[in-house]
Amino acid sequence: MQEVIRVENLTKSYKDIIAVDNINFAIQKGHCFGLLGPNGAGKTTTIEIMEGIIKATKGEVFYYNKPIDESMSQQIGIQFQHTALQDFLTVKETLNLFTSFYQHTVPHHELIELCDLSEFLDRDNRLLSGGQRQRLLLALALINDPDIVFLDEPTTGLDPQARRNFWQLIKNIKARDKTVVLTTHYMDEAQQLCDDVLIMDHGQIIARGTPRQLLNQHFDEVFIYLPAEQVPDELCQQNNWQVHEQQVEITTTDVEATITLLLSEKISLTGLHVKSPNLDDLFLKLTGHSLRD
Amino acid sequence: MNFSRFFAVVKARNIEFFRDRSSLGWNLVFPILMLVGLSFVFSGDGRAVYKVGVLNLAQSQSDFLDTKYLSFIDYQESALGEVKLEQHSIDLLVDFNAQKYWVNQGAPNSYLVEKIFLNSHNNYQRIETQGRKIRYVDWVLPGILGMNMMFSCLFGVGYVIVRYRKNAVLKRLKATPLSALEFVSAQLVSRLFIVIFLSSVVYTGCNLFFDFYMLGSYFDLLIIAVLGAFSLITLGLLVASRSKSEELIGGLLNLSSWPMMLLSGVWFSLEGAPDMVKVFADFLPLTHLVAGARKIITEGATLTDISYHVSVLLVMSAVFLTLGAYLFSWNTER
Repeated sequence: MQEVIRVENLTKSYKDIIAVDNINFAIQKGHCFGLLGPNGAGKTTTIEIMEGIIKATKGEVFYYNKPIDESMSQQIGIQFQHTALQDFLTVKETLNLFTSFYQHTVPHHELIELCDLSEFLDRDNRLLSGGQRQRLLLALALINDPDIVFLDEPTTGLDPQARRNFWQLIKNIKARDKTVVLTTHYMDEAQQLCDDVLIMDHGQIIARGTPRQLLNQHFDEVFIYLPAEQVPDELCQQNNWQVHEQQVEITTTDVEATITLLLSEKISLTGLHVKSPNLDDLFLKLTGHSLRD
Repeated sequence: MNFSRFFAVVKARNIEFFRDRSSLGWNLVFPILMLVGLSFVFSGDGRAVYKVGVLNLAQSQSDFLDTKYLSFIDYQESALGEVKLEQHSIDLLVDFNAQKYWVNQGAPNSYLVEKIFLNSHNNYQRIETQGRKIRYVDWVLPGILGMNMMFSCLFGVGYVIVRYRKNAVLKRLKATPLSALEFVSAQLVSRLFIVIFLSSVVYTGCNLFFDFYMLGSYFDLLIIAVLGAFSLITLGLLVASRSKSEELIGGLLNLSSWPMMLLSGVWFSLEGAPDMVKVFADFLPLTHLVAGARKIITEGATLTDISYHVSVLLVMSAVFLTLGAYLFSWNTER
């Protein structure tokens, strides 16, 4: 598979803060690549260096084996984490404005259909809802028919329905053989969309692989939860079960044996639920703190 | 420079401005309110006496000079006195040494003062002149329009760029092939168009009611307005070239605009001001815009006559633009 982007020994420091600390990775063509980590992990800095928006303190980024330069802006699409749009322009006028910046562009009717913009095409940018705004920003990122699309926390602040709609749009983009680079701190989003993930913390890479590989590599157990009042404290201490927010968390590799033990101790199973570990749990395991911290 | 990108940004900025009704309304209403207000405040001539210009007053002797309720103003050249008489700034001009006097045919005050003068000097040669009275509103017009242009240029460019920088519109534009030169030029041209368009609308609209005094050419007035606005816009670009704080830019723009408000001859003439103030005022672009426009309007000056102001505005624009372009930052680094 062809390598689209390669990052070598990348470091970025601001005065005495090291935002990105000597990281290396590559992104394959057609993949959805997820950069995960808590706020302040260095995701946005890394992605903005890859986009050519900010300069690295050390190291280099290669786009199809060539160091990135200004000409790259014709071939990439970007959706920033925080971007305002020009006030008083309509969605259609904003599309026209950005179309004028590029040599090669996607016909508007295709973009409107792909990003589902038709119902608010003549609406002032100021009057768009969060989901509509993100869809417009995605359309702007795709306007030059880019090879690679950078999406920096595109669903932050959206309601669950708008997030799921947005995931479908990203899947549609992937289906067009585009490479997608996505930063997020929503693990369900990464698990749904990403072929390959890289987890960062304090500017460093702490894990890399497909979501399934990472989970298989780090977990062979599942979690069983029971209301705390149903389980005697002595039993929790004997088995080293953790109590969080009035729930007992039982980590086990053998669900049947654990259920048998609970039944033999005459513990009610009302309210019991079983959960497989996710990337959030992986992060907690690797760093000792939650992804959303 | 890609002109399609450049014109797209000019168009987008113009749309943004003209659809912002509150801002557009204020840009139109503010100078009109100022002109209407000042025309009422200064509608009376406020003079308790008639004014008589006298050539070489110190060497002149006449009983007429002892007449009560007349004030006498010395002129060394008849040409300047004649202009003042034509503009109704004085009511009569007398040269006692040459035994002649000038009277303004169209001025009632001139007619009355002539009657008084003829009581003692009925053998003097009578020279008639004509001219419309120059009112305070005619004199202050270039100042008000210039001041409005100054605020529109400084705040309309400076504030907008800092706002774009702060809310990451600039960052989004930087991620496209749009260059800094294309972006900055588009802001400049868009604001120049907006300022000249609005000033023309205000001037033309108010002219219907006030019938402004105009001795010079409208083309020359347009040229000095364009040069002045260009210079003020480049100053706005320079002030906003790096700042990312709206509070800071507000302070910097006030720091740039208030000295011009007070010292560029918007409200009153600087003729009697201390030399230090005049030298300082010479470094302010609005001084040259207002002085140039005023000379065209009230004295009929041509661009050659005001070449000093034209040259200073050109030099200032070149310096501000070069520095502004050199220092300009999309400022995307956190």
